Amino acid sequence: MRPLIETRGMTLAQGGTPVLRHVDFAINAGEIVTIVGPNGSGKSTLLKGLIGALTPVSGTITRAPDLSIGYVPQSLHIDPTLPLTVQRFMNLPRRSKPQAVADALRHAGLPDLGRAQMSELSGGQFQRVLLARALLMRPNLLILDEATQGLDQPGSAAFYRQIEEVRADLGCAVLMVSHDLHVVMAASDRVLCVNGHICCEGTPEVVRDAPEYRALFGSGTQGALALYRHEHNHDHGHDHGHDHHDHEGHTHAG
Amino acid sequence: MDMITGTITTTTKATPMLDDFALRAALAGIGVALAAAPLGCFVVWRRMAYFGDATSHAALLGVALALTFQGPVLLGVLVVALLMALAVSTLSGRGLAEDTLLGVMAHAALALGLVAVSLLHGVRVDLMAYLFGDILAVTKSDLALIWGGAVLVIALLTWRWTALLSATLNPDLARASGINPRREQLVLTLTLAITVACAIKVVGALLIAALLIIPAAAARPLARTPEAMAAIAAGIGALAALGGLGASFQWDTPTGPSIVSVAAGAFVLTSLLRSTFKARR
Repeated sequence: MRPLIETRGMTLAQGGTPVLRHVDFAINAGEIVTIVGPNGSGKSTLLKGLIGALTPVSGTITRAPDLSIGYVPQSLHIDPTLPLTVQRFMNLPRRSKPQAVADALRHAGLPDLGRAQMSELSGGQFQRVLLARALLMRPNLLILDEATQGLDQPGSAAFYRQIEEVRADLGCAVLMVSHDLHVVMAASDRVLCVNGHICCEGTPEVVRDAPEYRALFGSGTQGALALYRHEHNHDHGHDHGHDHHDHEGHTHAG
Repeated sequence: MDMITGTITTTTKATPMLDDFALRAALAGIGVALAAAPLGCFVVWRRMAYFGDATSHAALLGVALALTFQGPVLLGVLVVALLMALAVSTLSGRGLAEDTLLGVMAHAALALGLVAVSLLHGVRVDLMAYLFGDILAVTKSDLALIWGGAVLVIALLTWRWTALLSATLNPDLARASGINPRREQLVLTLTLAITVACAIKVVGALLIAALLIIPAAAARPLARTPEAMAAIAAGIGALAALGGLGASFQWDTPTGPSIVSVAAGAFVLTSLLRSTFKARR
């Protein structure tokens, strides 16, 4: 299968300083990949390279001809001087049919609040509107940059459950960056641990046990970073997120 | 407007319409207000107030250069304003804090322009006219240039509107949708230079930025979408141009500052409206 997007030996710089070196990365259709790494490790930089906001200093990026990216930024500051209804925001940069907008909002778990001002939304609603906007273009790759920043634990757990549902409904690949290892790695097919370069990569279990990962995140925080894994390709109706205590036992064993 | 033209036409009954200097002034003011309003919205949304200042203050330097080389003043202003706007957008984001950089450039441009004008020999320059505008001296060809410029600015902004709006909202989001934020920035830079060149005769170099920002700020409390804000700002700008013109006739005050004062009055009014409305809810 041809990857949706593939990089070879990609080096990215911010303000002249290389932040991320020699990245070989690929994501396939339908895959969920999570990028973890400490602050300043180049996680967001990697995403910027993939969406084309940064041009690699060296190396190559190959994008599939049918690649369509839905991007959910880390945060979006809307200047208070800019009046913006949800409806108008959803129609940027391309106009969509009202029905498509309503569908996207529903996919993101929101009621039809098109007439509300963006500034009136709660943190959780705001992130979901960002998600809904990314879904409007029917992307085959959804990219999320720490999309749950500013949400509390239940809020971000609910948000990630929504992502899993979206993946199940639309079949798009998902690439996300997160601090929230606890919640995110659960849903991932593959985890990338980044710190100026790709330190290690593999299934969540493989990364968790990798010495590079341990060196970055330590093993003393196992409780907080406990890994668990759902069989998320079966039943999406059941409740995710709160049942990880059951799993902690066997993830600790590693 | 009826009041102004009404009183004037009694004395100049027989002349064709555009021979009436008051009508020309009114049309010039409206033309500038219509172009400045949507552009001003972007200046406000993107927090580029100083950017407008730097560009419009550079206009004075353009006047001095045009007079030195005996070229058309409007062209001199356009070129220098464009160079200034380009310099500012290239330099910003490279080290110095943006507001510091723009503050330096805005005031340096003004100072340099004043020095350059004073160095001109053999040319008598009505400095006040360039600093505060001389809308009553607008000629037919000025009017054609102002409206030509205004139409060009509005056409450019309409053409790039959604892309500009996306880039304003978030550059990365724009990139992900295949929009190049740098190119959109260039559109704003270009339209700003054209607006400055058109507006210098109407409000003068010192107050062009005011005409950009104040109507947009006054429109904000009344608008729920970006498009509505631009349209309301255009309305407020046009009313301010007419009101200021009327006031300037009535009390013999300088026209540019009178227009800006009326716009500022509108800003106070809409802000008060908004807060009383909010208090009631």
